[in-house]
Amino acid sequence: MFNKSFKGLSTALISIIAGFIVGAIAMLVFGYDPLQNYQNLLVGSLGDIYSIGETLRNMIPLILTGLGFAVASKAGFFNIGGPGQYLMGWFGTIAFALHFSQLPGIILIIGALLCGALAGGIWSLIAGVLRAYFGTSEVITTIMLNYIALYFVNFAVKNWLAAKGSDSSPNIARKASLNTHFLQELTHNSTFNWGFFIALVIVGLVWIYFNKTRSGFEIKAVGINEAASKYAGVNVKRTIVIAMLLSGVLAGLGGAIDGLGNFQNISVSNNLPNVGFNGMAVALLAAENPIGIVFAALLFSALQIGGLSISVYSNTPSEIVEIVIAAIIFFVAIKYVFERFLKKSWLTRKQQAKKEGADK
Amino acid sequence: MKKKVMAFLAATMMVGTILVGCGNNAATNKGTKHSAALVTDGGGIDDKSFNQSAWEGLQSWGKSHNLQKGLNGYNYAQSSDDSDFLPNINKLIKAKYATIFGIGYKLDNAISSAAKANPNTNFAIIDSVVTGHKNVASVTFKTEQSSFLAGVAAAETTKTNKVGFVGGIQSDVIKTFEAGFKQGVKAVNPNIQVDVKYAGSFTKADVGQSLATAMFNNNEDVIFHAAGGTGAGVFTAAKNSAKNGKKVWVIGVDQDQKADGAYKGGNVTLASAVKKVGTAVKDLSNQAMKNKFPGGKVVTYDLEDNGVGIVNDNMSASAWKVVQSYQQKIKDGTIKVAAK
Repeated sequence: MFNKSFKGLSTALISIIAGFIVGAIAMLVFGYDPLQNYQNLLVGSLGDIYSIGETLRNMIPLILTGLGFAVASKAGFFNIGGPGQYLMGWFGTIAFALHFSQLPGIILIIGALLCGALAGGIWSLIAGVLRAYFGTSEVITTIMLNYIALYFVNFAVKNWLAAKGSDSSPNIARKASLNTHFLQELTHNSTFNWGFFIALVIVGLVWIYFNKTRSGFEIKAVGINEAASKYAGVNVKRTIVIAMLLSGVLAGLGGAIDGLGNFQNISVSNNLPNVGFNGMAVALLAAENPIGIVFAALLFSALQIGGLSISVYSNTPSEIVEIVIAAIIFFVAIKYVFERFLKKSWLTRKQQAKKEGADK
Repeated sequence: MKKKVMAFLAATMMVGTILVGCGNNAATNKGTKHSAALVTDGGGIDDKSFNQSAWEGLQSWGKSHNLQKGLNGYNYAQSSDDSDFLPNINKLIKAKYATIFGIGYKLDNAISSAAKANPNTNFAIIDSVVTGHKNVASVTFKTEQSSFLAGVAAAETTKTNKVGFVGGIQSDVIKTFEAGFKQGVKAVNPNIQVDVKYAGSFTKADVGQSLATAMFNNNEDVIFHAAGGTGAGVFTAAKNSAKNGKKVWVIGVDQDQKADGAYKGGNVTLASAVKKVGTAVKDLSNQAMKNKFPGGKVVTYDLEDNGVGIVNDNMSASAWKVVQSYQQKIKDGTIKVAAK
């Protein structure tokens, strides 16, 4: 167990370093100064209290969409529906907060968050049920559900929430916001909000769920071998549905917290939110370990927030950060290839040794 | 294996440090006059449309005052997601830019809250009206006027009496294009059909292409697009049709899009309904520099002050003449174009 997570950690670190090196090479090739840019990136993400607040806030949706992806992935499913579930969660929360704005603050917040989580959950549940009972590939259904979510939310915002002619809903009441005056003062007007602590609690809950509960164990078992779990008495169909539901609830909660804490409203969007996809990258880098996801989210968040500084303080285009992120993911991905290759050659060598032993 | 990796790392680091020695430092300007920066709304500064036009305006302002890109000069911050708006604005404030532009109505919330927290910085929002702050100038364009002229150009050019309109997202701003275009077409010939389609996005060239292809197949021979990056697909569809021997035209938007219509053997850009966001950015930066920033006010650009207009790319001489006469009538006030 320890050995396994240590191995995961070292491959992640190697991938990160390799990613930064690729970014540096790209900068050198195009005539930009990598050291200066990496310094700007660091200062821009963690250099002062404002930037730290911004980086921590940006971690929230990355953590939650990352966890969402990880839960489905543990059960052996590739849930690409993160962006759609995040969007549904964001919409559900804002709709609730606007509709029940007369409720007292804390009840309003809890209700809105639950509504958002539920909206995300329902969205992935559709894919889960289709997968469990009809065998439909969850990869395809979740991709398609992303687009349905995007256009449904655009339609709903435009026709139900926004004032006539406007493209965005009104702002939620101040009492429903997770971004309080106290935190704003503390972090020099950053968008840091209480949602960060909610996200950390959720990380703990997910860890407990996987390591201490029967249901969590069943999800892992189904992920490792569906047929064997069935034989061992696990209700596979129910487990698939639960895994997909949880996955969507987590991603939806990401959207919900961003809605209440960061945006305070919802508007018609051009594209699916990037954070849904970035969450997948976070989960992959962390090898789906809940604790690892926190650190992977910190890295990605720092890269994104710090990356915004790059074009402000130098002539380097901020897209360079995307190259670094993409390179890290690339190295994580080829790590699997690399590992598999190593394992194979090791196995064949072992077999050969065995054979030689037998020959003697 | 491990040793090799370490050696590689060390080598890269060394090369890195050596090259860094000759790298240039960030551009900074001595003798501060004024600094201005803009935040994009999701498209890049090379979107061939709205954001690019704003950035070119800011660049030309900077160059005319001998400023450089960078601190104490002019700069941009690109947003890849809506959640980047506020961090981008705050980064520019921290870098001490005196005037900050939010390019596009999507930034109105972010500009409004940044303006409240930073009363000493000038803010400007394009295509939206933010009220209640003395340090925010709102810039709007009477694009229905330029779209009216695009409608006239389309009506004068069509052979099939069917023309099309491709919009980005259905919003108040884009509706003014649609309304103006329809009025222009009907002013010339009320029997011409106007087919209106929305792509639902400003960044989906593929959707633009399929919408436009369907329109051309339906014998509509002139399409006016108000769809930003989605419009690139409209041009692609037009060029494909033109290569197959069909005579079709596209009317560009925001910038002069003549270059986008060029293909081997011709050009499909009939005209461009320009919206000079760049001019607005330049004007406001100049005013801010002279301490005359129109904070708290709504600044409107129209045909009269050349904030919007029509550029003739490939119109016939007779069509261009008609367009010019309508232009005069709008300027005189004999024709009033409704925004809705």
